[in-house]
Amino acid sequence: MAKQPAAVIGIGQTHHRAKREDVSMAGLCREAMDRALEDAGMTLDEIDAIVVGKAPDLFEGVMMPELFLAEALGAAGKPLLRVHTAGSVGGSTAIVAASLVQSGVHKKVLTVAYEKQSESNAMWALSVPVPFNMPVHAGAGGYFAPHVRSYIRRSGAPTHVGAIVAAKDRNNALKNPYAHLHNEGTTVESVMASQMLWDPIRYDETCPSSDGACALVIAAEDVAAASPNPAWIHGTIMRSEATSGAERDQVNPQASRDAAAALWKQAGITSPIDEIDAAEIYVPFSWFEPMWLESLGFAEEGAGWKLTESGATALDGRMPVNCSGGVLSSNPIGASGMLRFGEAALQVRGLAGEHQVDGARKALGHAYGGGSQFFAMWVVGSEKPTN
Amino acid sequence: MRDVAVVGFAQRQMKEFDGSPTCVELLVPLFKECYEQTGWTRKDIGFWCSGSSDYLAGRSFSFVQAVDAIGVTPPVNESHVEMDLAWAMYEAWIKIQTGEVDTALVYAFRKSSAGVLRRTLALQLEPYMMTPLWPDTVSLAGLQARAGLDAGAWDEAAMAEVVNRSLTDAEKNEYAIRKGGSSVEELLARPMYADPLRKHDCAPVTDGAAAIVLAAGDRARDVRERPAWITGLSHYIDPMSMGTRDLTRSPSAAAAAKAAGTDGVEVAELHAPFSHQELILRRELGLGADVAINPSGGALASNPMFSSGGIRVGEAARKIWSGDAATTLGHATSGPALQQNLVCVLADAPNSKVGA
Repeated sequence: MAKQPAAVIGIGQTHHRAKREDVSMAGLCREAMDRALEDAGMTLDEIDAIVVGKAPDLFEGVMMPELFLAEALGAAGKPLLRVHTAGSVGGSTAIVAASLVQSGVHKKVLTVAYEKQSESNAMWALSVPVPFNMPVHAGAGGYFAPHVRSYIRRSGAPTHVGAIVAAKDRNNALKNPYAHLHNEGTTVESVMASQMLWDPIRYDETCPSSDGACALVIAAEDVAAASPNPAWIHGTIMRSEATSGAERDQVNPQASRDAAAALWKQAGITSPIDEIDAAEIYVPFSWFEPMWLESLGFAEEGAGWKLTESGATALDGRMPVNCSGGVLSSNPIGASGMLRFGEAALQVRGLAGEHQVDGARKALGHAYGGGSQFFAMWVVGSEKPTN
Repeated sequence: MRDVAVVGFAQRQMKEFDGSPTCVELLVPLFKECYEQTGWTRKDIGFWCSGSSDYLAGRSFSFVQAVDAIGVTPPVNESHVEMDLAWAMYEAWIKIQTGEVDTALVYAFRKSSAGVLRRTLALQLEPYMMTPLWPDTVSLAGLQARAGLDAGAWDEAAMAEVVNRSLTDAEKNEYAIRKGGSSVEELLARPMYADPLRKHDCAPVTDGAAAIVLAAGDRARDVRERPAWITGLSHYIDPMSMGTRDLTRSPSAAAAAKAAGTDGVEVAELHAPFSHQELILRRELGLGADVAINPSGGALASNPMFSSGGIRVGEAARKIWSGDAATTLGHATSGPALQQNLVCVLADAPNSKVGA
């Protein structure tokens, strides 16, 4: 049995900021949802089901917040699901929402992912002492820095490649009115001059902490037919690997490689670099761009940094990556994955505005989470899939 | 719609789990039991989905460690909901309906005894105006019970009858942590706990975990002679606000039952953590006096958070497998005072009216 065709017909996001003190959690979600519904030309009443995603509840200090949010999100009297798969959650949530349509169970599904980090303190939420575990207190940067060092050692990449990524993404963000950071004048030199936080990751090579939300309206074939510019879903994939395992390669995890291979197969793509016109890849620390380029098959192992260094991943390059400014410019954790999925869809709909890649027809949305162990990805296209 | 059946079910319920809040030690033997029931190995599982809550583990990303119970290689097609097992099962059922996979193992786990459960659950409420008052779960259920008594929707004797039947039936359930019926008179003579609730009106704090195996079509027929076919599966949510909804009713439960179709149900396992909630659910689900309710003893006998709803589905499936019934129902609830509800109808033969 084949999946029913499904398409993204509405996309909305908030203006991401360090503290959105002007809105409650419900207000933040509604800001993104109302934009997505307007884009889809639909009202909340027409929506069949709501899927909510966010990262740990301790980030806001509310247990299962979708319960109290249900009414404000228009879910009362409808089915509501709450997904939580670590940092990949924004992507996983979009995939669950898509599957509600692809299964034929629903026709019009609205999904929203958010994080309002200013309500609590993410560093505290990640540092609660728990029994039977040695506290690391490293935060995400301290956790991933050794993986980056290992990548540099394996690939022989010059040490300024991370700064190239950071300067590119921060400049792309200037073209995205929703981005959290609008740091004018960021250059490779200014990134290299910024404070070293977790060697080799400098301050300007890290993502910010943001309040923000992203929402998508995903519709069945007959509903999407009325949309002037649907982003058709060509493939979705989720893969997870366990935390403990001596053979795990956290620099290029098997779950990531397996997920990419299955995704390209599903989407009928044989050469990602030639067939994907724009990619939104989850890059919370600059070096993850070349690392994921290799893992995803855009470059040979050890050659991802060459693609970055050559300028190929710039907006006007051969393989534009994170034209929106990416996670490096906005990071409402629970929403970050859905922003990648949504920005990919904006590209193939031709609606990305100043950061549009000319003529983009197929795009990748990517998210990862945990200790590089949870992966969610999709391919969207301007044409209905033929496979 | 594809024909999908429950073909495996394993559970653990206990007063206090003497292990880590991640519960990995509980999950490994549960998966083993599922493999034994199905004759499968890990590689036969097309999709995994779990349900749990960080707030009961007292830490962020608590479900991450549970993935270790699955094993390391190869990586798996896997997801997690911050919801009860029954909704993890729903996500897996949807996944099977897309045609991407034919089989799924879903699981849930939690150690409620690690904190003060009724107080932790106060953090589920509206955070700006309500949580600062710390209204705990038992007190909120007490308000609901009082509303029904005042409205004449039920009386204390009816509540005690639910308790007496549940705890009597629980004597036959090896996993029940509270069991032993007595009489309505004796139960009503016991002291109040959160007026009008007595302690036996409230589910006991329970640790535990459970797993359910789903399979489509012939994969299900290969495993069991009488697979428990899912003929209806639906869930809805109501607004949380306790001040604006009629606490004696549960519109989301009624809507789920209507969509799932409850005609012919012989046995219903209802997730009612408070005695009066069973009375609400029987009405909303349209279950007549001839329907056997909670032969397992139900949530009043043991109620492991995040597994308990799914366990109701598992218990309902066992009645189909054994040939005791041809149509059964499993129900799950979440949120304060029956806010969110799921209904799963199982039968000894598949049909194609599933949906919604």
